[in-house]
Amino acid sequence: MTALWLLPAIPVIISAAILLLPERMTKAVSLVGATVQFLAIILLTLCFLSERSDGDQSVFLFQQRIEWFSSWKIGLHFGVDGISIAMILLTAAVVTAGILVSWNLKQQQKEFFILLQLLAAGAYGFFISLDIFTMFCFLEIAVIPKYMLIGIWGSGKKTYSANKLALMLMSGSALILVGILFMYYQLPVESRSFDFITMAAHPLPLNIQLVIFPFIFIGFGIFTAIFPFHTWVPDGHSSAPTAGSMFLAGISMKLGGFGCLRVATTLMPEAAQYYSIPIVVIAAIAILYGAFATMMQTDLKYINAYSSISHCGFVLLGIGFLNHSGINGAVFQMVSHGLMTALFFAVIGMIYERTHTRKVSEMSGLMKSVPFISAIMFIAGLCSLGLPGLSGFPAEMTVFMGGWARSETVYRVVTIAACMSIVITAVYILRAIGTVMMGPIKNNSFAVLDKAAWNEKWAALILVTGILIMGILPYLLYSLVNPATGEIIKKLSKG
Amino acid sequence: MPDFLLLMKSELMITLIIFILLIIKLGKGLRNEQILTLIQVLLLVNTAIAAIITEPGKLFGEMFQSNSLICLQKTFISLALYLVSLAFSGWFRKTEHLTEFFVLMLSSVLGMYFLLSAGNLLMLFLSLELSTLPVAALANFELEKKKSAEAAMKMILSSAFSTGIMLFGISLFYGATGTLEFVQLAGAVHINNLQLMALVFLISAFAFKLSVVPFHLWTADVYQGSPTPVTAFLSVISKATMAFVLAALLFKVLAVFEPAWHWLLVWLSLATMLIGNLFAIRQTNIKRFLAFSSIAQVGFILAGMTGTAVSGTASVSFFILVYIFSNLAAFVVAGILSDQFQVEDLEGFRGLRKKNPFLAWMMALAVFSLAGIPPAAGFFGKIFLLGSGAYSGHVWFILLAALNMVVSLYYYLKIIRLMFMEESAADPVIYSVSRSEKFTLVICASGIVFTGVFSWIYDYIYRISS
Repeated sequence: MTALWLLPAIPVIISAAILLLPERMTKAVSLVGATVQFLAIILLTLCFLSERSDGDQSVFLFQQRIEWFSSWKIGLHFGVDGISIAMILLTAAVVTAGILVSWNLKQQQKEFFILLQLLAAGAYGFFISLDIFTMFCFLEIAVIPKYMLIGIWGSGKKTYSANKLALMLMSGSALILVGILFMYYQLPVESRSFDFITMAAHPLPLNIQLVIFPFIFIGFGIFTAIFPFHTWVPDGHSSAPTAGSMFLAGISMKLGGFGCLRVATTLMPEAAQYYSIPIVVIAAIAILYGAFATMMQTDLKYINAYSSISHCGFVLLGIGFLNHSGINGAVFQMVSHGLMTALFFAVIGMIYERTHTRKVSEMSGLMKSVPFISAIMFIAGLCSLGLPGLSGFPAEMTVFMGGWARSETVYRVVTIAACMSIVITAVYILRAIGTVMMGPIKNNSFAVLDKAAWNEKWAALILVTGILIMGILPYLLYSLVNPATGEIIKKLSKG
Repeated sequence: MPDFLLLMKSELMITLIIFILLIIKLGKGLRNEQILTLIQVLLLVNTAIAAIITEPGKLFGEMFQSNSLICLQKTFISLALYLVSLAFSGWFRKTEHLTEFFVLMLSSVLGMYFLLSAGNLLMLFLSLELSTLPVAALANFELEKKKSAEAAMKMILSSAFSTGIMLFGISLFYGATGTLEFVQLAGAVHINNLQLMALVFLISAFAFKLSVVPFHLWTADVYQGSPTPVTAFLSVISKATMAFVLAALLFKVLAVFEPAWHWLLVWLSLATMLIGNLFAIRQTNIKRFLAFSSIAQVGFILAGMTGTAVSGTASVSFFILVYIFSNLAAFVVAGILSDQFQVEDLEGFRGLRKKNPFLAWMMALAVFSLAGIPPAAGFFGKIFLLGSGAYSGHVWFILLAALNMVVSLYYYLKIIRLMFMEESAADPVIYSVSRSEKFTLVICASGIVFTGVFSWIYDYIYRISS
C-alpha cells in the first residue's frame, strides 16, 4: 500500500477529465471521481487499521518518498498516522457533499468543479505530506481556488471578501515560509532537509525554537482563525457559494489546526510549553468573542461563520493544554466542527435556494414547508451546541477534560471561560433555529417550498452519518487518533 | 572543429543572422511575412545551437570565456528571443522596417552574449555598450509617437550616465590593482576605501540597468513609451542578462567584498521590492504596471544573491527562466489587447473571461506565476530565492521579503478580479488570437506549469552552478 500519492493525484486527474470532456458531463465526472476517492479513502482507513492491529507500531504508515528537488533535499514524502487518516476522511466527506449540493449550479460549471477539485487536491496533499516544503506547497495550492470560488460564484461583497481572504491567508503562509526556511538552516549542514522525520530527529535548541515557533504557529493559526487574525472568516464564509463555505469551514480551517499540531507543536515541543499560556488565553478570547459576536448576527451564514471562530478556538485551546486529552480533543473538535459546519452551510444553502433570504427575522415555520431540511438543520444546530449523542459533545468534553487536568490557575480560568461559551452557543443556536423553524408561517410565499432533492438528501446523509458515528461511537475515532497523539505527547514530555 | 567555433557558437550564429538580414534588405524582394518566418526559423535554430552545452574554455587571452552555466544562460536568452519574435508577429507584420528592427535587436543580443562571456572588465564594458545602444533606437521605433521619443531619450541619457559611472568604477579598480582580467582581479582586490568606492560604482551601474531602486526612475516611462515588443525585450531579455552578469561578477570576481556587498544587496533588495510594489498598486496603465511589478521582481532576485555563491547563482538563474515565461506571457496578452483595441489601460482586462477565456486563463497563469502561487513555477522560483537569502540568517529580512510577496499579490489579484469577477460595460468584442500568439502562450504556459514541478530542471542548474 504505497500508493498514497494517488490521494492528491486523483483530484488532478478528475480536473483534467473535466477540462477535456464536454460540459454536460462535468458534474457526473466530478461526482463519480469524488465517490471513488471516498471509497479509496475508506479502503485506506481499513488497511491502516488492519496494519495497526497486525502490530505495526511505527508512527507513520505507508511511507513513500520520491526525491523531488534533490539540491534542496525536498522530497514528496507521504505517510499517514491516525490524525491524518481522520482528516482525510473528513475531507472526503465534505468534498463529496460539496459536489452534491452544487448540483444545480448553472454558470461556468467546468471551472467551478475544477477549482473544487484543486482545493481538494491541496487538502489531501497537505494532510499526508511528511515533507514540510511539500506540505507548505499544498497549503498554498489551496488558497487561490478559494479566492476564485468566492470571487466568481459568491454573493454580496464578494470581491472584497475574496481579496481579504486571499491576502490574509497568504500573510499566514508568508510567516510559515519564514519559519520553515529557518528551521531548514538550523539543521547540521550534512543533514539539511525539509523532511519531517529528519527535522524531528534533530531537535532545535530552545532559543531558536522560541523565535521560530510564533511564526509557524501564528502562520497556521491565521488559517484556523486565531484571534485577532480571524477577520477573514465571517466575510469569506458568508460571501462564498455554498460548496465554497463548506470547503472553507470544513476543510480549509482544519489545515491550520493540523499544521499547528504537526509542524509547530511536534517539531518545537519546548517552545510549545513556553508559549502554552498565551495560546490558551488567545484561544479562550476567540471562543468567547466568537460566541458573543454570533449573538448579534441576523444572517444565517454570518451566524455560522462567527460560531466557527468560536468552535475553532477549541482546537487551539486543546493544543494549548499540551496534554493527551487536550490534543485528542483538538483533533476531535477539528473533525466534529468540519462535519457540523459543512452540514450547517449546506442546509443554509438549501434554504437560501428556496427562500432567497438568509435573514433569520424574515423566516419562520419552515418546519412545516420543508421538514427534511429543517430536521437536518436541527441536527446541525444541536451538534453545534454540544448535545450528547452528536459529535460536538465528545469533542468539547475531551478538550475540557484536558483543561481540568492542568492544575495551574490560568488554565482553570480559561477552562471555565471556555465552558461558559456553551451557554452562549445554546442561546444563539436555539434562538436562530427556533425563529426559522418554529411558529406559524408568517410569509405566505414560504408556505409551499420545493422538497429536498436527491442530491441534497445524499449530501446531508453523508455528513449526518459522520456526526452520528462520532457522537454515538466516539471510541472509533479515539482508537484511531489516540496512538498518534500519544507520539506527540511523548515528544512533549521529553522536552 | 576549432575551439572558437564551438565556444562562440551563439555569437557567430547571431552575427550570421544579422548578415543574412542585411543581405535580404538589399534584395527588397521579400514581404514582411516571409522575412518574419525566416527570422523565426533562424532564431529557433539559434536556440537549438545555444542549447548545446559545451566544455568550459577561454579565448583571446581570457577576454572571452564560456562554460556550461554561461551556455545555459545564453540558451534562456535565445529562447526568450525566439518567443518574442513569435509572440508579437501581429505587430511585426505591420511595421515598416522589420529587418532594421531585428538587426538592432540582434545586435543588442550579440552584446548580451559577449557580456555573459566577458572575462575582462574592458570586454564587459564594450559589450554592455553594444547591448544598450541599439535598444535606445528600438525604443523610438514608433516614430510618430511622442512618448516613444521621450522613452528613447530617457533610455539613452540614463544609460549614458550609468556607463560613465561604470567606467569610473572600472578605472578605479584598474588603478588599484593594475589588472582588468577577472581571474587576476579576483586575487588582487582587497577591502579598502578606494576599492569599496569602485565596487559601489560598479554595482550602481548594474543597478541602473536592472532598475534597482533608487536607480529605477527611467523604467516606467521607457516601458510605457516603447512599442510592446521592445518593452518585452527590455523587461525580459535585458533584465535577465544583467542579473546573470551581476551574479557572476559578485560571486566570482568580487567575492572578497562579500561582507560589503551583502548588506548593500540586502538594503537595495528591500527598497526595490517595497517601492516597486507600492508604486505598482497605483498604476492604471498595463505597461507601467508591469514595469513596477518587474522592479519588485528584481528585488527578489537581489534577495537571492545574498546567499551562497552556488545557491545564489542557481536560484537566480532558475528564477530568470521562470520569469521569462511568466513575464512574456503577461506581455503577450497585454500586447494583444493593445494591438487590437489600442487599450493600454488595466480596464482593458475587464470581463476578459467572457470575451476570451483562453486569454484570460493564460493571463491568470502568468499572474499567478509572477505572484508566486503554486503550482506555477514562479512559486518555486521565489521560494528558492528567499531560501538562498535565508542562508545568512536575517529573519527580519526574509520576513519583510515574504510579506512583500503578499503586497504584490494584492495588485496581481486586481487583474484577476477585473478579468473574472467584473462585467464589462462595453459590447462584447471578440479578441482574435493568431496562431503564433496562441503557440507562444501555450509554450509559456507549459513553461510556467512544468519548469517548477519538474524538479530536475532546477537540480540541473544547481549542479552546473557549482
